[in-house]
Amino acid sequence: MSQDTLAAFANALATGSIRVVDLTQTLSPAFPQITLPPEFGQCWPFRIEEVSHYDERGPGWYWNNFSCGEHTGTHFDAPIHWVSGRHLPNNAVDTIPVEHFIGPACVIDCSKEAAADADFLLTVPFVEAWEARHGRIPPRAWVLMRTDWSKRTDPVAYQNFDATGQHTPGPDADVVRFLVEQRDVIGFGTEAIGTDAGQGYHLRPPYPCHSIMHGAGRYGLQCLANLDQLPPTGAVIFAAPLKIEQGSGSPLRVLAMVSER
Amino acid sequence: MSLPRPPKKNPILRTRAPTTPPGGRSRVALGLTTAAALGRLELQVCRDCGTVQYPPREACHACLSERLRWTAQDGAGELIADTVLTHSNDLYFRERLPWRLGMVRLDAGPSVVAHVHGDVGDAPARVRVGARLDRAGQAVLVAFPEQETKDMADDRQLREMTCDPQYRKVLVTDGKTPTGQAVVRALVDAGADLVWVGHAEPWKQYAGFDAIAGLHAVTPVPLDLTDSRAVSSLAAQIGGKVDIVVNTAEHHRTFGIGDRRGLDAARAEMDINYFGLLRLAQDFGPALKARAADGDTGACAWVNVLSVYALANFPAHGTFSASKAAAYSLAQCLRAEMRASGVRVVNVFPGPVDDEWNQLVPPPKLAPSALASAIVKALRDGVEDVFPGEVAQDWLARWRDDPKALERELSL
Repeated sequence: MSQDTLAAFANALATGSIRVVDLTQTLSPAFPQITLPPEFGQCWPFRIEEVSHYDERGPGWYWNNFSCGEHTGTHFDAPIHWVSGRHLPNNAVDTIPVEHFIGPACVIDCSKEAAADADFLLTVPFVEAWEARHGRIPPRAWVLMRTDWSKRTDPVAYQNFDATGQHTPGPDADVVRFLVEQRDVIGFGTEAIGTDAGQGYHLRPPYPCHSIMHGAGRYGLQCLANLDQLPPTGAVIFAAPLKIEQGSGSPLRVLAMVSER
Repeated sequence: MSLPRPPKKNPILRTRAPTTPPGGRSRVALGLTTAAALGRLELQVCRDCGTVQYPPREACHACLSERLRWTAQDGAGELIADTVLTHSNDLYFRERLPWRLGMVRLDAGPSVVAHVHGDVGDAPARVRVGARLDRAGQAVLVAFPEQETKDMADDRQLREMTCDPQYRKVLVTDGKTPTGQAVVRALVDAGADLVWVGHAEPWKQYAGFDAIAGLHAVTPVPLDLTDSRAVSSLAAQIGGKVDIVVNTAEHHRTFGIGDRRGLDAARAEMDINYFGLLRLAQDFGPALKARAADGDTGACAWVNVLSVYALANFPAHGTFSASKAAAYSLAQCLRAEMRASGVRVVNVFPGPVDDEWNQLVPPPKLAPSALASAIVKALRDGVEDVFPGEVAQDWLARWRDDPKALERELSL
């Protein structure tokens, strides 16, 4: 059976009846990185240095060295990233069971709300209203919050800082608890720079998506793109982080597979 | 006579290759350069018989004592003869003829040959002799009018030895810091034609940047010295027009070894303070060198804002000191590589600047505006090493006297 399923899958890819959507931002020095107060340790932005370019440093070949943090660009958050998940088993990118890296996705469209209010918070009633239209979120699914934030190609608009800090949409604390306890999601994904809202520090607990999601052994994806190309349900996400020993996360290529109907 | 605005360059004309005046000096004669690099005139004075002598020698020409000390001079004297050179076989001077020279008898004793400023009257005339660095980076003597004259800095011969920002195009690498902003304002006030102001991480808001960006001569440009591609890209756009680079970009944290675990703060300091300078020099250096003889306002200077902590480690800011020492060393390399073109590398060694990261350093602290004024003055005077403010002057004096003693004093 499995052989037939995989053969059918391969055939569907080959014939285009399964469309592959890239949910990844390009790793570029210009892409903004998370901003912390300067006295804290900082996540490196993506940087790239040429090793050789068909020149005296290597006449026949071109290659680069790059550097970045585990949480640079489109990236995966493992439970060990947050203090609430530090003692869980298999909580780092190298020990998470690999089958968790492939799973179904529910895409909740908040793009109108986020356009109207950069501080928009996803709530339980909002998710319940979505479920009334698209059905109940199945267990072990990714919940992806579509805000069209990735369409903000100007880094200033993407970061959206003012005198009171960053203003980007995210989930409130209750909905994170709901998704973990009532819906058993595998993780939560966003388009902005964090899984939590820009003003998430002021929620209770602070940064609820990090605190509750990782405390329950669930994952995060952020800086996602092209969520507007996904159906509300039915897409399957491939999101495998680099196998970094005791890694708290990693940049990764996130792919979605969508049936063409 | 004030310098008229130079005409725009015809872009299809050849840019002439830079030449420099004769640069050979004996080791003892370099004492004159050591002082001139700081903007001082010093001559050898015999500690036994008191004779002031010139040219520099190994021993006193009056009593043969070897106990000679370089001592500051006021340079007062009389121009006893002057002439205008109309022919020279030296490649540098033959492109700059006519050239005025003279003989000055210093009140302190010796007679010296000096370049003569255009505002000095015919001999005999009272003058004040100063030391300047020529395009070869070596000390030469210049006879100035006894009293300041209007637009004295605009003298054609003198401008060969200075790097006045007037009518020049300047890149200030970071305009988001108080120092960067003060430097931009000082350059605009000094008559710079155009000031490109770098700004990294555009999403971060810094007080004062918008006001700087709105000045008429200012053009903000994205520039992050940690990003090699960004530096190369900017050099590709404007590198062929920049006459002066002022590298104000700096990362400063206040840690030694034991009070901060890990490398992140130290690495960020090295990445901007040291590697940032290297990236900048690799990408902007070649074009600057090539344009060193590009008319009256050709490329002329490269300013590094270092720190007096580059001389000796200030343990409370230990990793910052180390990054600045690395930058200082690299700046010496840059100076050596720029030497043949005549582009001057100016190293500025401020003491603690009155900014965010020196919050806990007690006064006296150097105001950013004072640092900026010192930079513009250094360009106008053509000096090479600048120690602005009392802390920097104090450290310099102690370091020159006994570097080991300074190390011990700083470790208490």
